[in-house]
Amino acid sequence: MSAYKDIAWNGLWKQNSILAQLLGLCPLLAVSTTFVNAVSLGLATILVMMLANFAISALRALIPYEIRIPVFILIIAALVTVVDLAFNAFLHDLYLVLGIFIPLIVTNCIVLARVEAFAAKNGLRASTLDGLMMGIGFVCVIALLGAVRELVGQGTVLAGIEMIFPTLSGIQVLPDNYPGFLVAILPPGAFFVLGLLIAGRNWIEARTNQRRLEKRLHDHPPSATAASA
Amino acid sequence: MSDPLEVSRRESSVLRISVRTAAIMLAFTVIFTALMAGTYKLTEPLVTASALEEKLRLIGEVLPSALHDNDLMKDAIDLPPQAALGLDVDTRIWRARKAGVPVALVMEAAARDGYSGRIAMILAVSADGHLLALRVTSHKETPGLGDYIDPKKDRNKTRPWITQFNGLGFDGVPREKWRVKKDGGHFDQMSGATISARAVTNASGRALAWATENRDKLFALPANGRFEQQGANP
Repeated sequence: MSAYKDIAWNGLWKQNSILAQLLGLCPLLAVSTTFVNAVSLGLATILVMMLANFAISALRALIPYEIRIPVFILIIAALVTVVDLAFNAFLHDLYLVLGIFIPLIVTNCIVLARVEAFAAKNGLRASTLDGLMMGIGFVCVIALLGAVRELVGQGTVLAGIEMIFPTLSGIQVLPDNYPGFLVAILPPGAFFVLGLLIAGRNWIEARTNQRRLEKRLHDHPPSATAASA
Repeated sequence: MSDPLEVSRRESSVLRISVRTAAIMLAFTVIFTALMAGTYKLTEPLVTASALEEKLRLIGEVLPSALHDNDLMKDAIDLPPQAALGLDVDTRIWRARKAGVPVALVMEAAARDGYSGRIAMILAVSADGHLLALRVTSHKETPGLGDYIDPKKDRNKTRPWITQFNGLGFDGVPREKWRVKKDGGHFDQMSGATISARAVTNASGRALAWATENRDKLFALPANGRFEQQGANP
């Protein structure tokens, strides 16, 4: 049970695909201009990561070590194509929203990275969970990035939500005459916000480690300190 | 160390591994290609149906169905690539008539000078040379900045930018004034995102001029005929 907890914790925080591993920056930077776009890409990514991890974990005994990377890429690309076609045919309304994002997932090296680092060595259930958790970790970060860029760049929250829920509409939070901040919407803005998010995560990690160290010092004072006192 | 028997054994084992991995790679390729081909075959009818429905919806947006009484899908002609329309592939032109009298032409056009990539559009030109309406069907302009050319993304919901072309012709706005204001023309643009507006405006002007010039020939062709005059490749 604790192994599954470790997988979840790794995916969400400790090995977070973006904040810790810095993987998948291409779709991340391109699509995180608004919250709705970011979450849409994230959900499609979760689906593909779970499928890819599941398929490769199931086939791992059949894949020779020497050619594992081309086979992984083949399987991931085939799965993405199948998901793309299936969405187009059976969930057409959702496809109109998510459709442009699905082919982008192939360019996301986080899918290949998890397949290589985890699914090729672990069982079906653990691998699928790893895909899910890594995907959720990806969605959380890209959603935050999208929300910040959207607010700073054009002063709105949830712009474009009407493409998914036609009854809702985005809200202009900043005053109507807010001129917009172009850099936030263009790719450099994504780098700035991402840099701040990574700095934030490192700060939290450093503070937790510091606390842990202080607690240990408090509980078991080193004898050297005691002697000099 | 360099025992010839040992060397030849090692070589043959390398060869065996190469052949084995190549065969496995081939097997994976065949299986997954079959999977993709199967899915494609299975989903093709549904995908084609939704694409047609989407096209009909777009035509409906630029041409109110009350204006014509013929079946547009049947009264269409093939159009080879036309430089004036920015098109480098075959497209269709749909001809709207009421009681047999020509009403309007619905055609596709594209601008190649947008801020990033091609801007595809669909427009309806009335038989008397007015641009009835214009819609952008696909583009890659900067989200939140240049994407107001698509009314779904335009923040002005009551009077989206793209609607200012509705009903205009060269009798109201002369050809040389069919530009954005920044270029000394008639049409508004949003400050900071002129390139997208300029691309759409200029493309619509070129398409309107082309349609007005060729309208008699286009209406005279039999249904499913082909407009043979090929424009130079853009």
